[in-house]
Amino acid sequence: MTAEAMPASDGIVLRAERIGKVYPGTTALHAVDFAVRRGVVNVLLGENGAGKSTLMKILAGAEQPSSGRLFLDGREVAFASVNDAAAHGIGIIFQEMNLCPNLSVAENIFLGQPALRLGIDIDAARHAAETRALLRRLEHDIDPHTLVGDLRIAQQQIVEIAKALARDVRILIMDEPTSALSATEVEILFRVIGELTAEGVAIVYISHRLEELVRIGDTVTVLRDGRLQARAEMRDVDIPWLIAQMVGTMAEAAAHPPPSLGAGGLLRISEVSLANPHGGFLVDHVSLDVAAGEVVGLYGLLGAGRSELFEVLIGAQPDATGSAQLAGQELFGLPIATRIRAGIALVPEDRQREGLVQTLSVAVNLTLASLWQFLRGIAIDVTEERRAVARMIRDLLIKVSSPDVEVTALSGGNQQKVVIGKALLTRPKLLLLDEPGRGIDVGAKAEVFGTMRALAREGLGVMFATSDLKEVMAVADRIVVMAGGRISGDFARAEATEERLVAAANLGGAAAAGGMR
Amino acid sequence: MSGGAQIPIASPSRPRRTSPLLLLLSLRTLIALFVVFAFFSATAPNFLALETLVLLAKHVSINAFLAIGMTFVVITGGIDLSVGSIVGLAGMIAGALIDRGLPLAFWHVTLFPDVPVVILAVIAAGVLVGAINGLLVTWLSVAPFIATLGTLYIARGAALLISGGETFPNLVGRPQFHNTGFPILGAGTVLGVPVSVIALAVAGAIAAYLAARTPFGRRVYAVGGNERAALLSGVPVNRIKFIVYMISGACAAFAGLIVASELVAAHPASGETFELNAIAATVLGGTSLAGGRGTIWGTIIGAFVIGILGDGLVMLGVSSFWQMVIKGVVIIAAVVLDQLQRRLQRRMAIQAQAG
Repeated sequence: MTAEAMPASDGIVLRAERIGKVYPGTTALHAVDFAVRRGVVNVLLGENGAGKSTLMKILAGAEQPSSGRLFLDGREVAFASVNDAAAHGIGIIFQEMNLCPNLSVAENIFLGQPALRLGIDIDAARHAAETRALLRRLEHDIDPHTLVGDLRIAQQQIVEIAKALARDVRILIMDEPTSALSATEVEILFRVIGELTAEGVAIVYISHRLEELVRIGDTVTVLRDGRLQARAEMRDVDIPWLIAQMVGTMAEAAAHPPPSLGAGGLLRISEVSLANPHGGFLVDHVSLDVAAGEVVGLYGLLGAGRSELFEVLIGAQPDATGSAQLAGQELFGLPIATRIRAGIALVPEDRQREGLVQTLSVAVNLTLASLWQFLRGIAIDVTEERRAVARMIRDLLIKVSSPDVEVTALSGGNQQKVVIGKALLTRPKLLLLDEPGRGIDVGAKAEVFGTMRALAREGLGVMFATSDLKEVMAVADRIVVMAGGRISGDFARAEATEERLVAAANLGGAAAAGGMR
Repeated sequence: MSGGAQIPIASPSRPRRTSPLLLLLSLRTLIALFVVFAFFSATAPNFLALETLVLLAKHVSINAFLAIGMTFVVITGGIDLSVGSIVGLAGMIAGALIDRGLPLAFWHVTLFPDVPVVILAVIAAGVLVGAINGLLVTWLSVAPFIATLGTLYIARGAALLISGGETFPNLVGRPQFHNTGFPILGAGTVLGVPVSVIALAVAGAIAAYLAARTPFGRRVYAVGGNERAALLSGVPVNRIKFIVYMISGACAAFAGLIVASELVAAHPASGETFELNAIAATVLGGTSLAGGRGTIWGTIIGAFVIGILGDGLVMLGVSSFWQMVIKGVVIIAAVVLDQLQRRLQRRMAIQAQAG
């Protein structure tokens, strides 16, 4: 861990001391210290699930810490809500869009503090005028009366930024503000950030794009697995140092077993596309082969189209075009249940929203996708089912006192294993895992990746999506890079380097931005 | 059915460290049943008499039928407001078939179906209304509340149109048409047990088995607990929703048959506001309106709590105005306790995590 690099009194506006946050199932933050300085861009860096977003939500009042203290201008504060934090001059642009699609641009921007006449009547004219001024500052000519739902994602992001600027902020938190923006729009955003810092506003900036951070950051704080990893002045460090702090040592990659390539193509995807309802493509004419016994890592930045490709393959995107053959059988046109029985299984990215049924027990969740195997007449053979559940709990080392415990009582890593177990019980030939390591602790990660390799040795095709360089380098036999819905690189493990992967991931990004025009 | 059946149920789950308070909360419906039963046994004269209890069970069976169907719908996260109107419509169809028969204009004859055929036809009509609800909710994406509110009016209107608002009196059938025997459903007994109560026991057992032991039941819970996760696990979400509304329609039609049979008459307004009683029994039995949780047994117990409360208060001479107030308080208390239990469970989960 790097020693304290900045003088303590150096214009610190907001200081977080030993912040901890516990959720049912996971501990997101362990006693993290963080300082925000006036008039500079304070970068917060870390992999997915490192705890960045949680820390930001706590600073902005959207979440309350389980332990630790916050100091604003040296005085201890506690924010009960986002509005409370806003009253103290803290604004946040969330990673997930927080706009109401059914309201206009101006209505969204002034939702929290509308300008009123006589205390009750909304001054719509003033809203429109101020909105126009804000958007002009951001160099976007959007009509204030347009419904937000009718805007492109990038325009919505601009509105989100305008909304934060509309309030008098002293501290502005930006969580991945550029993920949806094109190169030109990013430039505009950086110029606005420069103006704000010159006015003395403190910016807290989160992004995965390292080049971006090195360019505009002044100080950097790195989180890893919910703990403070390092703190430094940006001018003293470079990208390799940032990567090393973020992902840790590369020892795991060295211990990587040789690829165990099986015979022939198991999955053959050709010309698969999925149109974006806002124009362009989410998946853009993708062709790809996966062999049995192979672990393919699908690397890319947020919004590269990896999750969408998986959804197309499992059948959750009925509008997709192209073809995909699993062991010779065409998947397109089949319902999800039939595809699952044909031998494809998906472990979705967001296990809370898409992987688990929170109201049900571990056992019921495990067998949900494979009930056909336990049928006796019209009923479920409970003995048979229990046996399968017990076997899966043992094989995957799921830590649970009883299979009848509600699944939400488990830790994040064990919940992830339940989702994987559910997929494995369908006896798949091809297993798709979307961000399997996200939001779980190091030990569980190692077990999950160990399981993936073991499955490949047994002859399964395994394809996993990740935006984590270390993960993809350590686990995959072959690395396919996606960007802007297209495949922008395909490397055997031996020839893949971090630089080449990052380059491929960003190369396509520019193409995507071009496509969004 | 007994031991094994409860394994996979989404009943209030047993936490790793059970506190006495939590145990008490999770058994609240059963405790409520015991309390109201004990209370009226002590205070209401003749409450424990056999005739009183048989009558009580008959009263409960109608609401319990509706509530069983409602439970499936509510577990998927939906609601079925049309069941009360289906009760009315079912009675009117039965009445028309028995009293007037089915005029077949082409052959210039009128067909008088046997009672079993009448019963099947009425249940089919209930399934049809349920299918319309299912169609609206799934393929046309209408919110369940609105879709079933619409069919509530349509089915009631249809019930009134059948007779122009008139009652079909004296549904005994005519021996020469071989369509007698309809009153057995509501008044008949087997070894002293009313037919309607036997029907309830059979339907309850089948429904509980469906919910707990079949893939269909599992999928119902999964759809209500997390529709997206269910879909990605290969659950045919729309088909499941479609089926639960049809089950609800069938249950409501059967309840309508019992009502008409008990009265030996069909009145187009019968069953009004029954949907609210069914929802109350369902919620009282621990089914979450948010979906994903609930049991058939809980619902049946809930129906008995409401039934005992209603009949008991009548026997005590409590005014019907106060009865309504008390019923409302009981329903709200049930939901408040449910929330309390959830909060306690969550807190214990976090403590187990941190500790």
